Amino acid sequence: MELNLKKQRARVNYHINSSLKELVLRALFTSAAWGALRSMVKFRFHQYQVVGRGLPTDAEPHPKIYRMKLWATNDVRAKSKFWYFLRKLKKVKKSNGQVLAINEIFERKPTKIKNYGIWLRYQSRTGYHNMYKEYRDITLNGAVEQMYDEMASRHRVRYHGIQIIKTATIPSKLCKRESTKQFHDSKIKFPLVFKKVRPPTRKLKTTFKASRPNLFA
Amino acid sequence: MPFKRYVEIGRVALVNYGKEYGRLVVIVDVIDQNRALVDAPDMIRGQINFKRLSLTDIKIDIPRVPKKKTLIEAMETADVKNKWEKSSWGRKLIVQKRRAALNDFDRYKVMVAKIKRGRAIREKLAKLKRENPA
Repeated sequence: MELNLKKQRARVNYHINSSLKELVLRALFTSAAWGALRSMVKFRFHQYQVVGRGLPTDAEPHPKIYRMKLWATNDVRAKSKFWYFLRKLKKVKKSNGQVLAINEIFERKPTKIKNYGIWLRYQSRTGYHNMYKEYRDITLNGAVEQMYDEMASRHRVRYHGIQIIKTATIPSKLCKRESTKQFHDSKIKFPLVFKKVRPPTRKLKTTFKASRPNLFA
Repeated sequence: MPFKRYVEIGRVALVNYGKEYGRLVVIVDVIDQNRALVDAPDMIRGQINFKRLSLTDIKIDIPRVPKKKTLIEAMETADVKNKWEKSSWGRKLIVQKRRAALNDFDRYKVMVAKIKRGRAIREKLAKLKRENPA
C-alpha cells in the first residue's frame, strides 16, 4: 500500500494542476485509513512481503519465483528470514538467489475490530509444538505483537523460537476461544471495577500522597 | 454500592492521560478486556486503553461502530456538549482551563475582585452581628 501511495503522489505532481493536486493530496492525507495509520502506535513487528528466486543459470534461465509474507522488526531482518525459510523449502540460498521485491504490508482497515487466528510452531524446552491462538485487535501487526508477548509470558518462548505458520481473520461464528467469544456481544456492558487514578503526566507523579486514593469508577 | 457508569457502546468518556488528554470521546466498540474503540467528531476513530479513560454519566444511543455522520447526529440529539458543559465536572474543567490561561494582569484583576468580595461579605456579616447580638 505504501508503494502504491508513493506512485500516486508522484503521478499527481506531474499531471494535475496545483489546486486540484492539493485537493487530491489533502483527500489522501485525511482519508480515515491513512490518518489512522499515521496516528497509530509504532509496531514492534512489521509485515513484509518478500519475493525472491534463485539466480538464473544456464541450466535454468527462468527459475521459479517465490513470495512469502512474514513478520520482522525491519526489512533487513525480513530478507534474512525469507532466506531462512526458503532454504528449508527449496534448494536455494542467499548466495545463489536474489530478492526481487520487498514491500511492507499495511493494515487495510485499521479502524475495524477483527478476530485474528494465528497458527504457530514454537520450540519449548522439550520439543517443537504447534499452536493455534486467537486475538481480538484492530490490526494484524497488533495481533502478532500480542501473540509474541503472550508466548513469552505464558510459555517463556522468545521471538526466535516462534515460527508463524499462518494468520487469518476469523469471522465471529468460527472463533474457538472463549476469551475472544465473550466480546462478541453487540450490547456489551461492564463496569470498570478497579479504577486507579493516575496523574495526567509522569512529571506530576509523587511518591507520597496526602490521602488514600478513591478506586471507585 | 452498585456500579452506575458502565463501559458500553455509546458511553461518553474523558481521556485522562496521553496525547489526547482532555478530549471527550464516545466508546464505539470494545476490542478486548483492556481496550476500546473510541470516536469523536473531530478525530479519527482509534483504540485506547480503559486506563486512559474516565467514564462520564452521559450515554448516547448509537449502533455498534456507527458512521461518523450517524455519530455526530446522535451526539447532537443527545446534546452531549451542553450536558457536559453544564455538569459540575465539565464546569470545573472549564474553570481550570480559564485559570491556567490567565496572564499576570488577569491574575491581578482576580486578586482585586476577591478582596472586594471578601470585604463585602465581612461588612454584611458585621452588620448582622450588630443587629442580632446573640
